[in-house]
Amino acid sequence: MKLLHARLALAAITGREVHKFLRQPGRLASSLVRPLLWMVVFAAGFRQMPDLGNVMPFNPDLDYRLYMVPGLALMVCLFNGMQSSLAMVYDREMGVMRLLLTAPLPRGYLLACKLAGGAFLSVLQALAYMIIVVVWGIGLSPWQVLTALPALVLGALMLSAFGLMLSVYIKQLENFAGTMNFVIFPMFFLSSALYPIQRMQNAGAEWIYQVSSFNPFTHAVEALRYALYGKIAPLSLAVVVVSSLVFYLVAAAGYDPQRGLVKSGRG
Amino acid sequence: MSSLFPDPLLITGLAKSFGARRAVDSVSFGVASGEFVALLGPNGAGKSTLFQMLSGLFVPDEGSAVVAGADIGQSPIPALARLAIVFQQPALDLDLSVEANMRFQTDLHGIARTEAKNRISHWLERFGLTERAAETCRQLSGGTRRKVELARALLSEPQLLLMDEATVGIDPASRASILSDVKTLCRERGMGVLWATHLVDEAEAADRIVVMAAGKVRFDGTPKELIKQSKHTNLTDAFLDLTRAEGKP
Repeated sequence: MKLLHARLALAAITGREVHKFLRQPGRLASSLVRPLLWMVVFAAGFRQMPDLGNVMPFNPDLDYRLYMVPGLALMVCLFNGMQSSLAMVYDREMGVMRLLLTAPLPRGYLLACKLAGGAFLSVLQALAYMIIVVVWGIGLSPWQVLTALPALVLGALMLSAFGLMLSVYIKQLENFAGTMNFVIFPMFFLSSALYPIQRMQNAGAEWIYQVSSFNPFTHAVEALRYALYGKIAPLSLAVVVVSSLVFYLVAAAGYDPQRGLVKSGRG
Repeated sequence: MSSLFPDPLLITGLAKSFGARRAVDSVSFGVASGEFVALLGPNGAGKSTLFQMLSGLFVPDEGSAVVAGADIGQSPIPALARLAIVFQQPALDLDLSVEANMRFQTDLHGIARTEAKNRISHWLERFGLTERAAETCRQLSGGTRRKVELARALLSEPQLLLMDEATVGIDPASRASILSDVKTLCRERGMGVLWATHLVDEAEAADRIVVMAAGKVRFDGTPKELIKQSKHTNLTDAFLDLTRAEGKP
């Protein structure tokens, strides 16, 4: 694979994702409204309740709404990752996927391009959300957003890889809505997105605590939270990187073009 | 034939089963440079499965398919670079313009942008699509969409063009025009063409006909030979006879 070829293909595949995204202004709007609703409505009643004391890397007096920022930024990425994989299932049904798979490029590289396209859009949307929070003026500075960018990119890649893996194993478009409910909600709620998972343990919900501490989403949130405060969370970063690789490799290994392309066989 | 200029396609003993059903059963034939071969068979004869294997989407159980010297199983990337496919099911991004759809293809084939621009305008002009370049594919009729797909397939200057029932669902005039375009191109460029169809009239003008039924090759020769070896005077009856002959399993 020549470098020029690799670059053109990457630009074409990610460019197509971006172009599709720009054609649907509703998608950007909903990706921004969702986290802001959480911050405005949910936090309005909830902000007095969680005990943020002793939660690294915070100082205990910090606004609960700022606690929510990394979790909600990654929720934006989670939704976009799911949406990208939905688009992939759609491409498969519409025949565009055949065009991709018959291009003279390694299949793993084509999937990686898809992944990059999805992650790029996730980062754009999450940044748009964080910029709104900065402008809102509740205490998030532009510098924090900048220092958090690498962690955000890693989180976005992990969630796109997760979506890619799902798209490989979901054969039909119709099964997708259900999967989103079984995936997005548990992943988001069983994490440190809304309050520290130590609080679950304190409340005696030991198994919820255990599940949440193994949830890669928790680690993406924590990696981002630490990065926002100029700190590094080595364990969380490692979990995010390893999870991304595992999701991608499982997707690439399971990607069988014989499936879902024709009506005969196992379709 | 010199191995310096290998035939666009050489299929040897290709087989694929789905469970107990042999969808493609020891199929062997070739396509020479500048040759237009019609792959004729009723629905379910195994044509599509064969095409999926030729385009690397299916892995054959046995046998090999060599595209201009590159084995699709062993070196899929050079093989894919030398062939182009127009699929039975349309594969255009309907929300992108004609030109953008074509540029997507040149990018996937790694053709540098300036060269790609020349080729795109060349093929758009060749098919009378220049004025429609900026329209989205959704605005085009079925026949015109097919022409865009054909033009797109030619951008990579393939040595082998695979047409998988490419005229299904298209009005007779567009069908005839696509067929004659492909035949002209086949001569002009010395490109091998494998044209799968279940329509006998499309096969009539081919250089060679390969008849498939129930996964097997039943005949391989010129249209004249096909008529001659049957007791009939026209191709349709000869074809029907041949595919009925050994009956259904």
